[in-house]
Amino acid sequence: MKGNLSLSNGQSFSGSWKGSLKDVQGEIVFYTGMTGYEEVLTDPSYHGQIIVFSYPLMGQYGIQTAHLESTKIQVAGIVTAEVYDGELEKGISLADFAFQQGVPLMTGVDTRSLIQVIREDGTMQAVMSLEGKPLPAWEPIKTFLVPSVTASSIETVGNGSLHIGLIDFGYKKSILQALLDRGCKVTIFPYTTSTADLDSYGIDALLFSNGPGDPFSLESFAPVYRDWAERYPSLGICLGHQLLALAFGAETTKLPFGHRGANHPVRNAKTGRVSMSSQNHSYVVELTDLPKTLGILYQNVNDLSIEGLYHHQLPIMTVQFHPEASPGPAEHHEVFETFFSLIQTEKKVSLNA
Amino acid sequence: MPKQDSIKKVLVIGSGAIVIGQAAEFDYSGTQACTALREEGIHVVLVNNNPATIMTDNTTADKVYFEPLTADSLASIIEKERPDGLLATVGGQTGLNLAMELTDQGILSKYNVRLLGTEIESIKQAEDRDAFRSLMNKLQEPVPESDIIYTVDQALHFASSVGYPVIVRPAYTLGGFGGGIAETKEALMDLVTQGLSASPIKQCLVEKSIAGYKEVEYEVMRDASGTCITICNMENLDPVGIHTGDSIVVAPSQTLHDKEYHMLRTASIKIIEALGIVGGCNIQFALHPKTSEYFLIEVNPRVSRSSALASKATGYPIARLAAKLAIGYNLFELKNPVTGTTFASFEPALDYVTVKIPRWPFDQFPQANRTLGTQMKATGEVMAIERNMEAAFQKAIRSLDIKLDGFLMPSLALCSNEELEHLLVAADDRRLFVLFELFSRGASLKELHVKTGISPYFLSVLKKLVTIKQELKEFTWTEITKDRLQWAKKHGFSDQDLSALWRVPASLIRSQRKKWGLIPSYRMVDTCAAEFEAKTNYFYSTWNGTSDARSSKEKKVAVIGSGPIRIGQGIEFDYCCVHSVMALQKLGYEAVMINNNPETVSTDYEVADALYFEPLTTEDILNVLDFEGIDQVIVQFGGQTSINVAASLEEAGITILGSSSDVLDQMEDRDRFYSFLESIQLPVIPGYTANQPAEIWQAVATIGFPLLLRPSYVIGGSGMIKLQNEQELDDYLASAVIEYPVLVDRFIEGKEVEADILSDGKNAWISAVFEHIEGTGVHSGDSISITPPLNLPAKMLDHVCQVSRHIAKKLDFKGLFNVQFVCQKDSLYVIEINPRASRTAPISSKVTDVPLVQHATALMLGKTFDELNILAGFNGQRTFTVKAPVFSHVKLPNLSPALSPVMTSTGEVIASHSDPAIALHQALVGASQQLADLWTKDGSVFVEASSLPHIDEKAWKAHGFTVYSSHTLPFDKWMEQKNKKAYINLYPDGEAAHAKKAAIHRLHAWTRLETVEAFLGTLGQPTLTQKGVLT
Repeated sequence: MKGNLSLSNGQSFSGSWKGSLKDVQGEIVFYTGMTGYEEVLTDPSYHGQIIVFSYPLMGQYGIQTAHLESTKIQVAGIVTAEVYDGELEKGISLADFAFQQGVPLMTGVDTRSLIQVIREDGTMQAVMSLEGKPLPAWEPIKTFLVPSVTASSIETVGNGSLHIGLIDFGYKKSILQALLDRGCKVTIFPYTTSTADLDSYGIDALLFSNGPGDPFSLESFAPVYRDWAERYPSLGICLGHQLLALAFGAETTKLPFGHRGANHPVRNAKTGRVSMSSQNHSYVVELTDLPKTLGILYQNVNDLSIEGLYHHQLPIMTVQFHPEASPGPAEHHEVFETFFSLIQTEKKVSLNA
Repeated sequence: MPKQDSIKKVLVIGSGAIVIGQAAEFDYSGTQACTALREEGIHVVLVNNNPATIMTDNTTADKVYFEPLTADSLASIIEKERPDGLLATVGGQTGLNLAMELTDQGILSKYNVRLLGTEIESIKQAEDRDAFRSLMNKLQEPVPESDIIYTVDQALHFASSVGYPVIVRPAYTLGGFGGGIAETKEALMDLVTQGLSASPIKQCLVEKSIAGYKEVEYEVMRDASGTCITICNMENLDPVGIHTGDSIVVAPSQTLHDKEYHMLRTASIKIIEALGIVGGCNIQFALHPKTSEYFLIEVNPRVSRSSALASKATGYPIARLAAKLAIGYNLFELKNPVTGTTFASFEPALDYVTVKIPRWPFDQFPQANRTLGTQMKATGEVMAIERNMEAAFQKAIRSLDIKLDGFLMPSLALCSNEELEHLLVAADDRRLFVLFELFSRGASLKELHVKTGISPYFLSVLKKLVTIKQELKEFTWTEITKDRLQWAKKHGFSDQDLSALWRVPASLIRSQRKKWGLIPSYRMVDTCAAEFEAKTNYFYSTWNGTSDARSSKEKKVAVIGSGPIRIGQGIEFDYCCVHSVMALQKLGYEAVMINNNPETVSTDYEVADALYFEPLTTEDILNVLDFEGIDQVIVQFGGQTSINVAASLEEAGITILGSSSDVLDQMEDRDRFYSFLESIQLPVIPGYTANQPAEIWQAVATIGFPLLLRPSYVIGGSGMIKLQNEQELDDYLASAVIEYPVLVDRFIEGKEVEADILSDGKNAWISAVFEHIEGTGVHSGDSISITPPLNLPAKMLDHVCQVSRHIAKKLDFKGLFNVQFVCQKDSLYVIEINPRASRTAPISSKVTDVPLVQHATALMLGKTFDELNILAGFNGQRTFTVKAPVFSHVKLPNLSPALSPVMTSTGEVIASHSDPAIALHQALVGASQQLADLWTKDGSVFVEASSLPHIDEKAWKAHGFTVYSSHTLPFDKWMEQKNKKAYINLYPDGEAAHAKKAAIHRLHAWTRLETVEAFLGTLGQPTLTQKGVLT
């Protein structure tokens, strides 16, 4: 079966259709990592987007449930150059997985040309449809997606001594796992949780999670989050980083085609050290007019965009990249350690106060 | 830390002669390093006695020493040059070993020379198995159970505690030489004995075998500030057990999921950080296919064959940047040269796959033991780039240049299932093709997986190709539609392969294909998967999608490369191709390079204006020429590989610069060649072309014995044999599979001389003339030679020059050609005219200071002799230069070291001096680096009784040797003795069993009196540390 990928700039690409037989529309983005399709497809930050993989061979190592970042495929559609359909050592095939989850998948697409178009014209709406079907009306790019991926109720997991509140904008399972692995008790809060509810759990610190969409779509929550962050040591990751920045008066803006990959160099402004990071975002905190209360913790080596912030007075740190990796380089786990030492210092301060 | 300004002069150590395990990749890394240092205004002094390299050009380094790579000679050079720094990590294991020796001897501290890049302690920690193990234990990085042993008993004790199989790895050897896997006690005893003798420190590591694990490598870089990046990971198709240099390797890894990929990446970074490497480093892992449990196999604290492959696979120039890190730069301070906008501190993202297949010498050496194991045997390798695995495999197979259309080997088709199944397990160089053959016979994937341990993913790829081929075979040509043809092309099927399936000429498929608009598109290797704009013209073809933009000028010429390094077609042709590119650029042309060898300088994307990483078949080349709009190509510099496509390119309307393909054919076709010689009144060696055995006998009747039998169109004399009498001919005809026609010539006893000649069709310039030390019957690549000739009468030399000029005038040829002569008393015979650059072209250029290839390129493009003004550059050749061959017999068990018309050497060294005796001494010392040291004034020599009358026993004894012969001591008893140096047999039989045994034990094995005397003559010569040698 043949399929078409139509872009809102008028260009289109053809390919073979695999996976679920349904047309989808979404913002088209590309991921440049060479491994990690299991994690990418199930990362809630990609919710509703059509994902293009730059690496042309997908599915060589199948899909294993243990590698998934949420319970289901989050992307609206999958675009690849080729999907492996031969025998696997373990797991199920990528095409079967997409089909079971009701997600369309196109293969045989000239993904390099497609990515060049996105690089030149920026991310845009796209439609995946079976060949010959008329195009639906163009919808605007969805920016308010968090409600579709946040938890429906408050839930506590783990039983460590340190109690972290995970504010859920669509968290990746590996963020939760990173906390549990370090002996934390974690309570997951929907992003709309009331301050009273939050305070009733006796938590030691907050982690503002990653998630899809434009941080500005949650602007109305900024004062609430600021209040929380002023009272609890806080770590923000990706969308969580952007939201904390907004809460303390920074601005955010959208990059032309974002950073999605496993090879983004970031420089730690304190140590000067450069390391590779896993990234998945369109929006960034603006460098200009950064409030005086915030300092730069990490900066992107290539485009100098902000990759992490800290608060000059409060125990708050944020990172634009994904310290939990999955997929991507696992060399930023120290972000969690730093955050924990912030919490410990804060605890001592309050004990001595 | 920014660049350290205190470093103004740097000594770079090259890797010396090409041997198996240390080859052209170090010309690439060395050249990159020299260039990177000179960019920084640093004065570069280079030591490397391998003349066939770009790095030893005086345009690459400021000062080049063609001296033996010994601590002694380096010490003298350091004393003379007083460099501020030493860069030893681009010269392979040779460079590292020398750095360690120089440190231990206190030379570096004495002369206040800083070792640049990685510190010596780190190198030692990575190289010394014991130190490395304890570091890994400290880091909690798993290493397989192992023990360091110095005796066979210790090895047996270890094996009895961990169980068999056991791997033996000798310490400090090249390409894992002397190691292997032992399944039994007996095999272990043999291997350990061999390994201990191979190791310079008589130490081996014995290790519990983890054969069957996936073998994965990471190329890692680190700067002095601690930023670590992995450039690339690579997955071996062959599980642990086959040396990675002999494994089929893909980059990036395919069957590792993200958690495994990053688990090993994290471990790599932890290790390079703990070792404190500054520069590049290669780390090899074994990964359990089911449990994800892993072990560390090896760390190489230097650039390597794998880093060259990783550089070509990703576009990230590891050696070049490693050199910058060595002088103090940090990664984030350096730009990524591919994009020019992003920084070197990032990890390449690929949007294609690369497949490397080793090139083995067993097509030329059918008698050698071709079984693969932990000891590397390949002489070279090819790489292919594509956007799907199937097509990448097919491209890589085509690049091997092994006379095979497609992937089904006719010789394997004749094997029984049992034979094939045996070859699956006892893998040799044919295993890939055995898999294809078994799939085509219907073998199940599961069965092959169980037997080989190869991941089902790779087997699926191979099986898919077999299935597609079977499907395609169902159609006749008339049933082929555009879609069907496109399907075939997408999976990498060549027109040639399809033409056999559909029984139509390849040219018909090509023309129909073009009518349908089915042409490949060309994509850029950009390090970033198109995320950023890149401007490097480094391309590969693919059969899906559109092409990346390529902006170019109008005047363009393509240079056809020489493909993988093999015996007889080595790095010298890469040298020539690079020079031709440089000449084209100087002449105002855009130079387009087509080649597929990932090790070399010619495939550095910064060399030509555009690089196409492609197989060198007519179709692949024509596709590139079509895309580029090029109609002029140069085939004179890619060895036999490029010559072989000349006629078909010409047929397709392409102009072969310098001469028509007909002239090339005239020189290569024996009958036409002899008629040519006769037509220009040159004497011809009596000979005939035989199309069947009867014709050989007819020829014998006229020309008699001894005779020389050889196939037409050969590389390195392969298949050539000298036969003394009827009996030998009978035996040969009975035992050998002969491909007719063969050439039958009278064998002329005499002296061989060769010369490289520049010609514009009228004028000629005769470059260096080489006199071969060994007489006729020895391939020119395997003989010691000297230029200018030392023992050639002036009259004969004149004659050589006169005949050369005469040939140039009569031959419709522009460029560079090589003539091989035989002098017998007063007669001079031309035995060969190679209408292309020869093995000696780099040497001739270096000893005369006349850049032959560049001039040849200019002549081909219409420059006149006067314009070249050759004499202005000519240095008058005031010193003698000796070239000595270097063999890799230690790596190729059962290959006879007896000199013959079949070339067996893998590399060569040169040395120059105004005193020819010193030049000879330096060359032979340089060529003997991996062999028993003859120049210690002690040890023993074994001479077969029949040869004894020719040997000057007194002279050997006078130099401190004990001379044994089979009269006084059985050979096997001699082999048990210590301090053996050389074995002599001037009349070896075809088996040459003793010579083989001596060679595999790193002894000199001489079969020609001239060789014996040349070596004897160097004993007692002034050593290099004496004054006056390094001038």
